[in-house]
Parts: sequence; C-alpha cells; structure tokens
Amino acid sequence: MSEPVPITINVNGRKRSAMVEPRLLLVHFLRESLNLTGTHVGCDTSQCGACTVLLDGCSAKSCTVFAVQADGSEVQTIEGLADGDELHPLQDGFWEEHGLQCGYCTPGMIMSAVNLLENNPAPSEAEIREGISGNLCRCTGYQHIVNAIQHAAERMAQS
Amino acid sequence: MIPTAFEYRRAGSVAEALSLLQEGGPEAKLLAGGHSLIPMMKQRLAEPGLLIDIGGLDELRGIQETDGEIAIGAAMTHAEIAASDLLREQAPIVAETAAAIGDAQVRSRGTIGGSLAHADPGADLPAVMVALDATIALLGPNGERKVQAEDFFQDILTVDLGEDEIVTGVCFQACRSAAYAKLEQRASKFALVGVAAALTLDGGTCSSARVAVTGASSHAQRLSGVEGALAGASLPDGAASASAGAGDALDFVNEDLHGSEEYRRAMTAVFARRAIEAAAGRG
Repeated sequence: MSEPVPITINVNGRKRSAMVEPRLLLVHFLRESLNLTGTHVGCDTSQCGACTVLLDGCSAKSCTVFAVQADGSEVQTIEGLADGDELHPLQDGFWEEHGLQCGYCTPGMIMSAVNLLENNPAPSEAEIREGISGNLCRCTGYQHIVNAIQHAAERMAQS
Repeated sequence: MIPTAFEYRRAGSVAEALSLLQEGGPEAKLLAGGHSLIPMMKQRLAEPGLLIDIGGLDELRGIQETDGEIAIGAAMTHAEIAASDLLREQAPIVAETAAAIGDAQVRSRGTIGGSLAHADPGADLPAVMVALDATIALLGPNGERKVQAEDFFQDILTVDLGEDEIVTGVCFQACRSAAYAKLEQRASKFALVGVAAALTLDGGTCSSARVAVTGASSHAQRLSGVEGALAGASLPDGAASASAGAGDALDFVNEDLHGSEEYRRAMTAVFARRAIEAAAGRG
C-alpha cells in the first residue's frame, strides 16, 4: 500500500479534506468516505454513466477519476442539486414525466442532463439523446427521460 | 475494480514531469485525463508504480495558429477541441472527429495527447493526424524530437515514444477540404473502421490526397492505393472507384465479435468513399 496523501475537494459547496490512498477512485471517496451514496457504481468500466458527477462544472465518470486528481477541484453530485426541499427543475422533470423506473441510472442521468442544459439550454430531441449517450438506462427505453429533460428545459427557460 | 497501489505525484511543470519520469524509470506512467490508462489499471492490465499527473499543466494547453500551421497542446481535452472556433474554421475535421469520440463525459476528461500516445487501434484521432500529415512533438531528457504521425503509430498500442519522453502536442497545416467518416461500435463509439481523407482540390479535380484508416488494422495507417487512385480523379464522382480496393489492400485486419475481417475490409472501402465525398464537398 502506498502512502496516503492529503486532498481537499469542494463537494456540493462544502470543503472536504481527507487523507486518501492514491488509487482511491473519486466515486468511492464520495460514497464511502463522505457517505454521499447518491452517486452510483454501475459498470465500473467507464461506460454506463451511473457514476456521473460534475467535476469543475463538466460531467465526468467518477469511476474513471482518482480522488487525488480532483484535489483542489469542485465536485457536484446529485445531493447538491436541490435547494432545500425544492427540487432542481431536472429532478422535478424526472418526477413529472416518469423519467425513471428502477432509478439506478437516475442520479448519473440527471447530472449529465445538468451539464447538457448548461451548455445548450434549448436542445433538440436529437441533441438530448446525444447528450445522454454516455448514460445507459435498462428500464425506460429513454423516451420518458428525453421528455423529462425537455420538461426541465422549458421550465428553466421560463424562470 | 481496484488498481494496484501506486505512488502519485502531480508535476508542477513539464521539466519536473521529465525528471520524475527519469526517476521512476519503467515503473512510471504519465496521467492526464486518464481515460485510457485508468480503465487498464482497473483491469490490472497496467500496474505502474508511479503516476505523474500532467493533466493540469498550462504548458501543455492551448490551440494556436501561426502562418497556417495549427498547434494543439497535448493536455487539451476532446471537448475543448470539439468546441474550438479556430479548428471549426481552419481544420473542421479535427473538431468534428473530437466531437464524435465516446460520450460527453469521456470527451470532458480524455486528451489528445493521451489518445495519440495510447494508440488504441479503434481510436479516431490517429487516422486524422496521419491524413493531415501532422507532426507529434515529444520532449525528452535530450530535448525536443518531432515525429511524423505516420511514423509515430507503429503497431497495436505501440508508438515511437521513449519511456523518458512526453508528448507535448501536435501540429499540422490548416486544411478545410478534409473529413472523417466512421463505422462506430455503438456502445463505446470506438471506430470499427474510420477513414480520414485530406484532399488538395483544383476545382472538381483532386490533385493530391492523403487518406488514412483506423479501427480496421493494428494501428492507424495510410491507404496509399486510394491516395494514388485519387490523384487526378474528378470528385465526387471518382470517389467510389478510387476507394473500391481500400480494404483488400490492408495487410492485417482486426476481427472480433463486432466485425469480421471480411466485413471490416468491405467497410474500409465504404467509409473511405464517404470520407472522400465529404472532404470533396468542402472544396
């Protein structure tokens, strides 16, 4: 085992410092060190997107980032989206449009959608499908997820 | 999946990264976006004892144009390359190819230097760099070395890069009449076959061409038969006959559950034609 090294990561607006082994993946730091279990481990091979978080504002698969690489960075997870009891428009969209069934992919799917709408506030259906192509859902067939993101985009445009 | 334990050092400069590489010897690997290396480490196909993080180095960043020559720093991500207005205008093939790599999450972390140094047989950018006759810039203990892309890619996952050298960037001449077309593996977006064509056009006639394939074989390489057939061809009509034998001319062709050798040879001709037609449409 190699020597633990100190890291400080701003997670959901709160500075979190820890000593970590360099091989600790960001997703395990979030889930096991910080108990933020909203970020899921799916395939663990950089494909399914269940572990997607925002790393310095860009979507990233946290199973393919070492926690030490994120030292000094800002991370946003699904737990950091809602404003108190008020759901983020994307969370509300998934609720209203039935954008999930088992829910396993949902946190990563929503974080990808946050990234998509920040770069493109009014995406076409094709752009939405491309934007979430790094996130796999085995339940819904994606149609209701696309509807949920469209719902959120419309609501965010109004506010 | 947990990688083997390793020591992690974040380099503060390229010079520091070079000295750490020498210190670490064969145990040391460079890490930027990590999107080729970390998956291999998780499967324990790679077990470096020392990782030197160069991802945040400003020296390896930037996209500049000087007198028609475009330079891209090795640590630029695929997302940054895809979003570059300079590339969209002066070498659209590069921005479009970067935009078609993997997915948004992969593009936001993966870097051009990492993709070229790793040389996955299904990676997109190697074919584009060979077609553009790009120069790969390397820095080692004895100074800078420049290697033409077609010489850099040597075999599967094998490039002309010393253990003590760093890929610092690529440069190539601005080129509008170039395009990339790929048959992608639907889940990973890696190229089963991808062809990049860069044409010199005189009206509707092609005076010279560089055409390169990735995915089909062990490494990105030129399709010299197609290039020869394109010289003097009138385009787009001549694209089909010029590319007809493209796949059959390859010495070695990959075969896996996503595509047989025969299929990849056939698709090499099809995607060569598509790339040539798209490039000719830009003339």
